[in-house]
Amino acid sequence: MNPSAAPSTPASTPARTSQRFDPKILMLFGFVAMLYVGTGFVQSWNTALTIFNMGLVGSIMALGVNMQWGYAGLFNVGVMGFVALGGLATVLVSVEPVPEAWSAGGLRTMLGLVLGALTIVGAILLWNAMPKGRLRGLVMFVVLVAGFTVFRRVFDGGTAAIEAIDPASTGFLGGLGLPILLAWPVGGLLAAGGAWIIGKTALGLRSDYLAIATLGIAEIIIAVLKNEDWLARGVKNVTGIARPVPYEIDLQANEGFLNLVTNIGADPITASTITVKLLYAALFIVVLGILIWLSEKAWNSPWGRMMRAIRDNEVSASAMGKDVKKRHLQIFILGSAVCGIAGAMMTTLDAQLVPGTYQPLRFTFLIWVMVIVGGSGNNWGAVLGGFLIWWLWVQVEPLGLLLMQGLTASMADGFWLREHLLDSAAHMRLLTMGMILLLVLRFSPRGLIPER
Amino acid sequence: MDFLNAIVALMNFVIVPATAYGAQLALGALGVTLIYGILRFSNFAHGDTMAFGTMVTIFGTWGLQSMGVSFGPLPTALLALPLGIAVTALLMIGTDRLVYRFYRKQRAKSVIFVIASLGVMFIMNGIVRFFIGVDDQRFSDGERFIISARTFRELTGLDEGLAFRTTQGITIVVAIVAMILLFWFLNRTRTGKSMRAFSDNEDLALLSGINPERAVLITWIIVAALTTTAGVLYGLDKSFKPFTYFQLLLPIFAAAIVGGLGNPLGAILGGFLIAFSEVGVTYAFRKVVGYLGPADWQPEGLLQLLSTDYKFAVSFGILIIVLLFRPTGIMKGKLL
Repeated sequence: MNPSAAPSTPASTPARTSQRFDPKILMLFGFVAMLYVGTGFVQSWNTALTIFNMGLVGSIMALGVNMQWGYAGLFNVGVMGFVALGGLATVLVSVEPVPEAWSAGGLRTMLGLVLGALTIVGAILLWNAMPKGRLRGLVMFVVLVAGFTVFRRVFDGGTAAIEAIDPASTGFLGGLGLPILLAWPVGGLLAAGGAWIIGKTALGLRSDYLAIATLGIAEIIIAVLKNEDWLARGVKNVTGIARPVPYEIDLQANEGFLNLVTNIGADPITASTITVKLLYAALFIVVLGILIWLSEKAWNSPWGRMMRAIRDNEVSASAMGKDVKKRHLQIFILGSAVCGIAGAMMTTLDAQLVPGTYQPLRFTFLIWVMVIVGGSGNNWGAVLGGFLIWWLWVQVEPLGLLLMQGLTASMADGFWLREHLLDSAAHMRLLTMGMILLLVLRFSPRGLIPER
Repeated sequence: MDFLNAIVALMNFVIVPATAYGAQLALGALGVTLIYGILRFSNFAHGDTMAFGTMVTIFGTWGLQSMGVSFGPLPTALLALPLGIAVTALLMIGTDRLVYRFYRKQRAKSVIFVIASLGVMFIMNGIVRFFIGVDDQRFSDGERFIISARTFRELTGLDEGLAFRTTQGITIVVAIVAMILLFWFLNRTRTGKSMRAFSDNEDLALLSGINPERAVLITWIIVAALTTTAGVLYGLDKSFKPFTYFQLLLPIFAAAIVGGLGNPLGAILGGFLIAFSEVGVTYAFRKVVGYLGPADWQPEGLLQLLSTDYKFAVSFGILIIVLLFRPTGIMKGKLL
């Protein structure tokens, strides 16, 4: 059962179709739509679309977290890590390979990685094969130490050779040079792989432990992205990642586009930026549409009911013969994969991978606010929460500045308090998000669109 | 072979810093473990509570400094520490009244408390950034060294220096005092005993007339004292930066879990275990090994197991190993 909400009533008929026509839900979505449209009128359509595109990405992340939390009650606070793995996928898939780096140390690095993986697999096999006792521990220790030494010997030489190749512009292996859209599913797969490893070890432990374990793995993934220069240039960032949509400059040079724009009577530069954003939005909406359709299908399927049964009462579900641990692993992987897809989409939108920008508050805990506020256990709720909270996250800063200007209007220019308050307006958003989370959790624990 | 120099180098770069760091982690982990034992949830706002307490102490320090007050060779921050603890305690009690008490009355699941603590984390993070900003703050003053590397070299005639900073000394002394006080309180006083009883068996404790709200209130006050002290010591030793404090959450949690959640002795043990592993695994042992080998010989390579950027991986690795092989922690968890 979803936390703190009333127990679901199995006796009531599952209202599958009625929800979509529930006036309250339409009103809520209408309200959020008005926020975006209002931004378009008050600020600019470019701003509104920028927020909207990131809102789409946020919604997909919220959808992924909602699968884990809403369907299965798994508390994953490592969303950032899976999002970053998705981002890494865009580099690995779409960037052109660097042949010099591959010939300098590519094979050696790969060999090193294989040796490292073999060490771990060998150690696990040994652990399972040998009888319990002191000898087992000793052999494990020797295997791990020897394996680690060999791994470092092989691996370090390879990476050093790769990173020495033109470090200012490459210094990494590059990617496969494939179309960028392929990176989205690959991002999902990469995140799924990461989720499999962490799920294998941490699922089945208490929920707090899973939380800490995921928090840790996310930090480690970011540390890897920052430090393994041979992989994705580390903090030197990968910029200029290919785009699935045309460049603004090309649009502005395109006769057909110019004719069209002048016919409408719009400024070609603004029109081109808006067109590009609309194209991104269209792509993202397709992904969101597919994912939400699949999620709804899954939710209403026997599989979805089994998941909720496990969530509401693990003991009785396993008494009915359900493999709780396996189901948890399954949904954990699925949810993380969705976060990975969203991460790949976001990096595609930014056209650059900047490991330094991954902050847990922004990429893990904000997504949690989206899910809790929107309504855990409801896919539409997660999407609504994604759009609403993302809009607030962006807009609270200018609103806070306005508020501070209002508050400090009577103070003299250059007065320290006034300066300080104006400077601090940027930090209002954390305060606001915390307040919203606490208020919703307290007064409307089932969120804006509660679970059916 | 140069045994003495090797030992001194090891002391200087591993043992002394790791002891100080371990003491800071242990104090933090004690707070986590107390909250877990009495309130039964993992408090994600812990790192930001540390940051808040340290921030108040820093403001107090600045205030004292501007009045010309100093603590002689010791950092002024120690004088401001009681203020930091008091304000943090008030904030903790206020948070409990406004946020956690409601869920306690409802007997909500522990994961709801955790989510509420995420909200508290956001707010505290916001408050800290609002008042002091996101930048690094150094607020250590007074004498910098108890023994500086140079004095040590002159005194002993060795090649290696052993620096022992005042902040490291203070950290160790203050941590020991705090731990003694805490254990005295938990084991010798009536309130402390009632808290342990409450942690051990809530229903039985309620039956024997222990007031749970009082136990909770005192827990928050102790936690405020522990976290603020840990935060101030860490800030004196290194520097104060809100985001670093947020990141300390991971090693602190790891320490508490590795030691056995809810077990104060375990938290201390866990703190030192994590600190020593973190420093030991990320330290380049080239110099130490070089002294141990024949004269004029240096091993090739740095002999560093992991680069310092992977220090989180160390606490995480230990955490996973312990969770896999001994889920209750080194000391048995869940008792106070």
